Amino acid sequence: MQRRGGWLAQAPRITLLLMVAPVLAGLAGTLAPAFGIVPMPDAPPGLAAFRQLADWPGTAEAARLSVTTGVAATVLSLAITLLVVAALQGTRAFTLLLRLLSPLLSVPHAAVALGMAFLIAPSGWIIRAFSPWATGWTAPPDLLTLNDPMGLALIAGLVAKEVPFLLLMVLAALPQTDAPRRMMVAATLGYGQTAAWAYGVLPAVYRQIRLPVYAVLAYSMTAVEMALILGPTLPHSLAVQITLWMMDPSLAQRGTAAAAALLQLGLVGAALLGWRGCEMVARRLLTCLATAGARGAQLDAVLRPAAAVLAGLVVAAVGLGLAGLAVWSLAGLWSFPDAWPDTLTLKTWTRAAPDLAEAGGMTLTLAMLATLVAVTLTLACLEAEARHGLRPTSRALWLLYLPLIVPQVAFLPGLQFLALVTAIEGTPLAVAAAHLVFVLPYVFLSLAPPYRAWDTRIATAAAALGAGPERIFWQLRLPMLLRPVLTAAAVGIAVSVGQYLPTLLIGGGRVVTLTTEAVALSSGGNRRIIGTYAILQMALPALAFAAAVALPALAFRHRRGMQVAA
Amino acid sequence: MTGLHLTDLRVTRGGSTLVALDTTVARGEVLTIMGPSGSGKSTALAAIIGTLAPAFSLQGSIALDGVDVTHLPTRARRIGLLFQDDVLFPHLSVGGNLAFALPASVKGGKARRAAIDAALDQAGLHGFAARDPATLSGGQRARIALMRTLLASPRALLLDEPFSRLDADLRARIRSFVLTRVREEGLPVILVTHDADDARAAGGRIVSPLGQPLPIRPQSVVGKTGSIG
Repeated sequence: MQRRGGWLAQAPRITLLLMVAPVLAGLAGTLAPAFGIVPMPDAPPGLAAFRQLADWPGTAEAARLSVTTGVAATVLSLAITLLVVAALQGTRAFTLLLRLLSPLLSVPHAAVALGMAFLIAPSGWIIRAFSPWATGWTAPPDLLTLNDPMGLALIAGLVAKEVPFLLLMVLAALPQTDAPRRMMVAATLGYGQTAAWAYGVLPAVYRQIRLPVYAVLAYSMTAVEMALILGPTLPHSLAVQITLWMMDPSLAQRGTAAAAALLQLGLVGAALLGWRGCEMVARRLLTCLATAGARGAQLDAVLRPAAAVLAGLVVAAVGLGLAGLAVWSLAGLWSFPDAWPDTLTLKTWTRAAPDLAEAGGMTLTLAMLATLVAVTLTLACLEAEARHGLRPTSRALWLLYLPLIVPQVAFLPGLQFLALVTAIEGTPLAVAAAHLVFVLPYVFLSLAPPYRAWDTRIATAAAALGAGPERIFWQLRLPMLLRPVLTAAAVGIAVSVGQYLPTLLIGGGRVVTLTTEAVALSSGGNRRIIGTYAILQMALPALAFAAAVALPALAFRHRRGMQVAA
Repeated sequence: MTGLHLTDLRVTRGGSTLVALDTTVARGEVLTIMGPSGSGKSTALAAIIGTLAPAFSLQGSIALDGVDVTHLPTRARRIGLLFQDDVLFPHLSVGGNLAFALPASVKGGKARRAAIDAALDQAGLHGFAARDPATLSGGQRARIALMRTLLASPRALLLDEPFSRLDADLRARIRSFVLTRVREEGLPVILVTHDADDARAAGGRIVSPLGQPLPIRPQSVVGKTGSIG
């Protein structure tokens, strides 16, 4: 009993170590080849790797793309999210939007990007819808709507994926801000809704969503699978170029890749610092505006429709994109410019079934493994917190976000190097362990609030009846928290299913999942097959979330006190 | 040495004394700790059942039937607790709630079911074992909560304003049900309340959290103030 308690008390440390150690080890493993400390064919000891990077003609442009697409996508995502909450909260449109947007959160990045590509490609649904009656085109036009050199398609894809995430983060932060009373005070003083929210609630909300925003910025600057599908190609954005160098089988580009990974890390660090500076300026500006006394009562008339249109565009882009994937996977003959295929058939699905089953099985195995470990560790952490009266520090929260803010492309090359050295590269177990680094933070962030909010009088009542901590945990706390535990597990599965870069690099190309396969197929252009992979990739997390709702409802169907307040 | 002994029990926080009790509650006796909210009532209660937050410091001792329980965890103290709300476990049936409290020493499904049915009968809730606690009335829930507490065979009982959430006519009935049952069990009982009616109905000594005896005021006066409040 004593020993066990001792282990449990260590759970938070073990968990943090499991998240932080791979990041640090990975960064070290990236540094070593870049400086030739571990010599690579293209990188003898010294700064040769950096010289090669400097000599590569695309470096400046690739780095510029990383910054412009990343910052633009983050600014747009944050602006749309804040505008939607500020202008629309409390309206019926807002409730509807939430219903539509929250399921989109679990759609993997690759599926969103593939759906978006089907939508905006020269032969995609949008152009088909206007052809030939409006455009006169009878063949797909020669337009760079996809993979455009400015990265506009990539920015659109990133925004569509990040708005649902940021929206959920804002909604989670709102209850701790006393928003309704602040809004009421501002309204009685004559402020319009948007202005009231911006002046009264935004500062409190932003403090809580700062880390998620940083994660979005770091992710958007270094997105690999979305950039492979939607982004520029001449040159690629820096993260994609690093991945391509890393995957070179001859190892001839490893040193350059490592040097580029350090450049990427520096870019993200600089962007985060710049962002922090802008935060301070924005705060000053907001204070000035708020104290100027402008009520902004007329703003709502403009901002409300604008917010509704922007949010509608996000929903439509993802929703129609996914619908497009589904239709393509069932399409028989579908020639341009028809908006609908001539025939629908299951032929693609039956032909792809064996490969789909294999990749799907591997995807699910990895997801289950990583999620099981993540949920167990999270429960151990939270239970240790409850039993030993530990308080989470803000430093621990930063460490939790570390794997989400340090770009994957900066530390995964090092981890791959370590995996190669220890000969575990290419094994499913190593891939699952790499997934765990990213699954764990999300599972923890999802489960911690409901776990901490559990009514501790239940525990006191049970202890007064003679129940020990084990019994309270297994018979009371865990069953009562079944729904949030399963929801956290579904979040974990969604995160694992969506992982591209860790699977690719740690799996050495030998661990094939729906995600790696869908992205690999995307360059080939067989839309029907791509559709099947993307739909299945999206279906796995959706099923997990459905189970998280259905199982507790079934288990507690005779317990009114366990139902979710509608 | 039967009964609940509070020997020079003091709870302090940052230099100020919140609780100072030095008394013995005999079996079958009800001691009432009364005071307005914020007066240290719930601190006294937390000290006796062992859920005091680390910010508080505790001196003195708590002994139950001659056994010092001051440093035992809540689960080992065998002091039953009845909350302001019933705190029934929402994911278990009524019978499941009672079974949770029944000691494991009652072995065999049949024996355990019989013990639960007997408890339900005593509460006047025959055949309620399979019911969802959420479908019970306030009075029924209060009775189940008491039976759950008693099934764990406690050696003493703490009542934390257990009647304050019930409406007036139900309150008198539940109060007399609870007080009659605990007197039958012959347990030392501490009632924590801010309500003069409850304190008077308990019929025992009344003290403040700092141990000062409070006089029981004449019924008519209490009745008047009670009706104002």
